[in-house]
Amino acid sequence: MTERYDVLVIGAGPAGLAAAHAAATHGARVGLLDAQATAGGQVWRKDVRHVGPRQARRRMADALNHPHVTWLAQTRVVAVEQDGLLLEDTRRARRIEYGALILATGARELLLPFPGWTLPGVTGAGGLQALAKQGWPLAGRRVIVAGSGPLLLAVAATARRHGAIVLGIHEQASAGAVNRFACNLWRWPTKALQAVLLRGQLAGVPYRCGSVVRRATGEDTLRAIELDGPHGTERLECDQLAIGYGLLPNVELAQMLGCALQLDGAHPYVDVDSQQRTSVTGVYAAGELCGIGGRDSAGIEGAIAGHAAAGAVVDASLLRQRQHARSFAAALRQHFALDPRVRTLAEPNTLICRCEDVPLQALDGYTDARGAKLATRCGMGACQGRICGSALAELGRFPRSGQRPPLFPARLSTLGDIDLSSCHHQGSSA
Amino acid sequence: MNTLRTRIEINGRQVEVPAGASVAAAIAQLGLSCRRSVTGQWRAPFCGMGVCFECRVQIDGIAQQRACMVPVSEGMQVLTDD
Repeated sequence: MTERYDVLVIGAGPAGLAAAHAAATHGARVGLLDAQATAGGQVWRKDVRHVGPRQARRRMADALNHPHVTWLAQTRVVAVEQDGLLLEDTRRARRIEYGALILATGARELLLPFPGWTLPGVTGAGGLQALAKQGWPLAGRRVIVAGSGPLLLAVAATARRHGAIVLGIHEQASAGAVNRFACNLWRWPTKALQAVLLRGQLAGVPYRCGSVVRRATGEDTLRAIELDGPHGTERLECDQLAIGYGLLPNVELAQMLGCALQLDGAHPYVDVDSQQRTSVTGVYAAGELCGIGGRDSAGIEGAIAGHAAAGAVVDASLLRQRQHARSFAAALRQHFALDPRVRTLAEPNTLICRCEDVPLQALDGYTDARGAKLATRCGMGACQGRICGSALAELGRFPRSGQRPPLFPARLSTLGDIDLSSCHHQGSSA
Repeated sequence: MNTLRTRIEINGRQVEVPAGASVAAAIAQLGLSCRRSVTGQWRAPFCGMGVCFECRVQIDGIAQQRACMVPVSEGMQVLTDD
């Protein structure tokens, strides 16, 4: 028998948790699913060694303990079907139908290529934070945090809490830009408080601006990095490099459903109206996939989407809160804009597609992702171009191609269940 | 503070990690990488959140599992590339 929910929420981070709870308060039967084993998304990911923030624990309890909410852990969407989704959990394929669908698929990191970025020991910035919270051993390891954005501070603090020796934080934005951002923080008191607390936890850790990692070196594992800063180049030995250039909306499922997208620079986000409705009837989106805004705006948008999807009136105060939270995102974008030199770090032989080991020089002359993929296999591997495609878009080569099913590599037995009649949603790009 | 521990086997070697830790963490505890790329380079977890597929290993007989997405369970058998 097919399962059915009045409201199905995809993703259990701040947006999805708020959406599930809001919809459930109106009596809707809610299904809340996430590919991860525990709720919280990336920002509230469970730490196996430390207790999480009080707000996160409360939001999780509100949603997961609600009698109308069914929690579906380690469940991922494979394909879109008529009025439903084909899913896969750890044991089997399953179909779920819904009255309304709320997408809260969050964000991933913008990971940009530079010589040595494929070495073991190099991870994303948020990537290292996620790994540490899941028990990755950092005690006594020399860690350098680099890239861009306030996330770097949180990553360094998490690494330190797990026993790492944080050698420094290297922000690509200039000192002037970072100072202007800090001077505006009073407008968002919770963010200002967070920044103060983080600086307190990071006493003694150097924070350098205008500093870019040019290269990582080592044989089979990372040994050192080369930095290009305001005072010239510098070589630093380290065991771990955590590097990320900000966040990118996860729009792939929205794209498969046919939701209209907009571009922010080189990267798409989901277009929504004041009620968080996408261009597809019955499909809502909330949080980072509607444009990077952080956990506060994700929670507010999740609540709006949950109320709206349950057919309730959305309180005007929520709409005002969203506007304020979104203005923080605009300030972030402005002050942490990428220095053009970050886009020129990859050398001709630097691997761009990490799944298929395709170097940058193999992509010369191609003007679209499909042509490059058919000729070089770039983007044809397991990550389906999520890393190289977004990087190439940021580097100004060509935009990512459309998303075809399956959304993620799936078991053959699950793929056998795909109903291909709904594939017209995905367009014709490979 | 979590004091519960889980024991698993990686390439035949025993390792103990905090309960709820990921297979990726257990592999790192032994100082190992996860897989070899199509041209033979060693690769280890990169994105940490299930997007990049660099941490693929074999878990309890099933190949191509993302080590960062799977929590350890007692007695689990993991194989990295060699």
